Amino acid sequence: MAASPQQNSRAMNNNYDGFGVPLILPSWIIIGFFLVVPVAMMLMYSFLTKEFRGGVIWEFSLAAYDQFFFDRGLFGDSPPVIEWTYISIFWRSIWQAGVATFFCLLIGFPTAWFIATRTGRNSTIWLFLITIPYWVNLLIRTISMKFLIRDNGPLNEFLISFGVISEPFHIINTNLAVQLGLFYSYLPFMVLPIYAAVERYNFALSEAAADLYASRTVTLTKVILPAVKPGIVAGCILVFVPSLGAFLAPDLLGGAKNFMIGSLIEEQFKGNAGNWPFGAAASMILLSLVLIVLTLYARHQARGQR
Amino acid sequence: MSRDNNIAVDIQNVTKMYGDVTALKGVSLDIRDNEFFTLLGPSGCGKTTLLRVIAGFEEISNGAIILYGQNIANLMPNERPVNTVFQQYALFPHMNVTENVMFGLLRLGQDRANAKTRVGEVLELVQLSDFADRMPSQLSGGQQQRVALARALAPSPKVLLLDEPLSALDLKLRQAVRLELQQIQNQTGITFIFVTHDQEEALTMSDRIAVIESGQVQQVGSAREIYEAPKNKFVADFIGKTNLLDVSVTDLARGKGSCILPGGVQITCPAAEGAHAGSGHLSVRPERITITALGKGLVQGTVARHIYLGTDLHVEVNLVEGGHVTVRMQNSTQIQIPKVGQLVCLDFEPNFARLLVD
Amino acid sequence: MMSEKNLDLRYFTGFLPLTLLCLFLLYAPLIVVMVYSFNDSNSITRWDTVSLRWYYDVFYGLEAPKFKAAAINSISIAIMAATSATIIATLAATAMLRAGRFKGKSFSFALINLPLMVPEIVTAVATLIFFSAIGFTTGYLTILIAHIVFCIPFAYLPIAARMEGIEGVYEQVAQDLYATRLQAFRLILMPLMAPGILSGFLLAFIISLDDFIITNFVKGAGIETLPTAIFGAVKQGIKPNIMAISTLLLVVSVGFVALSYFVGQMGEKANPTTKPKGD
Ligand SMILES: Nc1ncnc2c1ncn2[C@@H]1O[C@H](COP(=O)(O)OP(=O)(O)OP(=O)(O)O)[C@@H](O)[C@H]1O
Ligand SMILES: [Mg+2]
Repeated sequence: MAASPQQNSRAMNNNYDGFGVPLILPSWIIIGFFLVVPVAMMLMYSFLTKEFRGGVIWEFSLAAYDQFFFDRGLFGDSPPVIEWTYISIFWRSIWQAGVATFFCLLIGFPTAWFIATRTGRNSTIWLFLITIPYWVNLLIRTISMKFLIRDNGPLNEFLISFGVISEPFHIINTNLAVQLGLFYSYLPFMVLPIYAAVERYNFALSEAAADLYASRTVTLTKVILPAVKPGIVAGCILVFVPSLGAFLAPDLLGGAKNFMIGSLIEEQFKGNAGNWPFGAAASMILLSLVLIVLTLYARHQARGQR
Repeated sequence: MSRDNNIAVDIQNVTKMYGDVTALKGVSLDIRDNEFFTLLGPSGCGKTTLLRVIAGFEEISNGAIILYGQNIANLMPNERPVNTVFQQYALFPHMNVTENVMFGLLRLGQDRANAKTRVGEVLELVQLSDFADRMPSQLSGGQQQRVALARALAPSPKVLLLDEPLSALDLKLRQAVRLELQQIQNQTGITFIFVTHDQEEALTMSDRIAVIESGQVQQVGSAREIYEAPKNKFVADFIGKTNLLDVSVTDLARGKGSCILPGGVQITCPAAEGAHAGSGHLSVRPERITITALGKGLVQGTVARHIYLGTDLHVEVNLVEGGHVTVRMQNSTQIQIPKVGQLVCLDFEPNFARLLVD
Repeated sequence: MMSEKNLDLRYFTGFLPLTLLCLFLLYAPLIVVMVYSFNDSNSITRWDTVSLRWYYDVFYGLEAPKFKAAAINSISIAIMAATSATIIATLAATAMLRAGRFKGKSFSFALINLPLMVPEIVTAVATLIFFSAIGFTTGYLTILIAHIVFCIPFAYLPIAARMEGIEGVYEQVAQDLYATRLQAFRLILMPLMAPGILSGFLLAFIISLDDFIITNFVKGAGIETLPTAIFGAVKQGIKPNIMAISTLLLVVSVGFVALSYFVGQMGEKANPTTKPKGD
């Protein structure tokens, strides 16, 4: 019995003590080999030279990042100036994702609040109704949206036939359509974490506030919102991050003029541009953005715990 | 070392650490074959830990556990011929009563037919024959408790460990099940190691009791021994109610000691092992004290208040020299009860008092 | 304005209409597509009469063989990916929740959730680069592997949640009754885990069935799954048969979710692993 005091307990939930590594090993191998290694490889590819028909030449180069950030003229010999094309695509993605997140919050918070304050079975039914669309294929949901908001689609027909408008309201292939698509794609992600936070919210706090002469509005902004803030932040992250790299909504609803990061990257691998190192570099920049957001979030969480 | 044949479990100097927390400090105990042995102590003293150490769910940091001559400290739980009735019962929720009780028998390699017969016997023993096909969720708390007992008894373990098996039952049921448990222990002849923090339970059921405090055994003995002859202040205080008077001990010889009571009267009474001259404590049980007329007792005080307890009445007396004493009186009309504020004398038979170490 | 004041502090004016709006926004596009899938017309704009014409077209029309092959790929990949991910996730949950401390435990938690954190398009690019770099011919197998990776966290969530709810004491009782650890795992933990494992599987199955972006990157030429086939068809414009396929897929997804939900509920009822009120 020479076990050290730290590791000698077959205590409550440690029935398979000592088997941790063999049990976790398959997930290490699969995720490590088929996700971590590929991401590392993508980082490497972003520093290689492009081959014209897709693929790479194994030669170190900063060309991909250079192309992303700088313009050196048509023949590559002018003094470098900042290249705005790609930065503005990224900026538009951030803006679109931000707008979608904002509208998700605007509709999602009251919805989550309403559901969480229903009693028992009712709450479950409402929640179920909100989550069902999430399980429908994202592609199909986006196609449905496209079908609905087309110039001569059911929405316009409906509005015209009731005399609300006389000309079709042109939404498709605009920024608004993309925002609508992103909003529609990720709305349940906003509702669920806020719902969870409101469910845990102790309504005695509201009563205490009301007892101390706070109006409903004051209670909402000064007591409730701070208390359910973790849920709101989580919801915003869950909408913002996938919106940033979204491909389907901008591609199907936005058309060629409303390019977002996802389409830019896709084009490097699937389309005619075929610049793999550039696509890899753009992916790395997107990944870094997301990691920054997630790190800020983790920090925020850690601060909340203390 | 040749060991006594009738020792079932010999726990030698067992220490158990959880990180920095010492849950058991050099515990040594001999538990005899066919004995109803109780571990008694306050919450967090290490009773469950000791049971889990015997069952094999915790590896010990130091020491040995000898089960009928074999050191089992290094065996896995499934290799130890010991079964446990867990505090939460923990009946397998996806199996019915029969399957639950049969589980251990099948693991031991018995064939289904034999196992089935044995299950029938054990269910009869716990009077649950009619419930063989029920699922655990369809049973009351008391019935679940008996299924847990049957499940642990079925493989005929050499030692049965019971961790507060009655704590989830209501008072009436608890008293009935106590009797049943004792009967079953008599019928089966299995050694029972029983954990409780209910002293009444311990006193009424056990052949012997080990009183544990902060991971250490304070005293082992029969119910009468630990009640009448507590070894130290903790045991005297924990088992039943007692009065502890500050006394000065003058001399000690062969288990007896002389001491001077508050107020100056000197008496000679039994002394616990380790008692020494100087200031000490004298333990006197409330029911051993009588209230007498002034001048006829050993100590003097004023009645502070009465506490009404139904069949009994506790009278609290503040001693003239400081400290207070509780006297237990029967609540009958024949006895005169001193009024609050009255000056009284208290008397007791020195043989029933006891000098203690801290 | 309300004439009578609502005294319930949970009540906020306008939240119910907003909730209804939310539901409307979520369901309207889907319902419109479902309705139009029963349109008899050749054009998606003009409403003709109700018919099952386009459903017939999906199964027997010109494009039926293409969609059939894609459906078979989708379903077989989803079954295999979900099965593998469920097994891997079950073992991982056992390690994380039942095996005490081990080296790399906190790192493992991050690793299991990594596929959720990396944007899909980045995973897609990385996987494509990886397979092409090692010269692994793209196709069925590459899709399957990619799907297993991102299905793992989705299978893990319900499985771990269920395992957390099952007290360790049951397995200890089993060991006390002479079961080896493997028997305790197989005879006690696994049956109690069944609802969690099944919902994990169903979740992974739907996620695999739904995936478009990653599949689109790693599939290579000559192989399609349902989403990539539908996407390809939609690029030429939405045709009525797409709406019929969409409706079918929608019904399948919702059916599976409902199934997963009810399995979970049934599990809760059949195996209440709640603690009895102790001391
Ligand atoms: N797994 C563990 N890790 C760390 N400390 C523990 C663990 N289990 C028990 N302890 C500590 O060991 C001591 C003894 O605990 P134990 O459960 O044996 O008490 P007990 O006598 O059974 O109490 P109760 O009557 O409340 O059941 C306690 O101080 C407890 O906090
Ligand atoms: Mg205990």
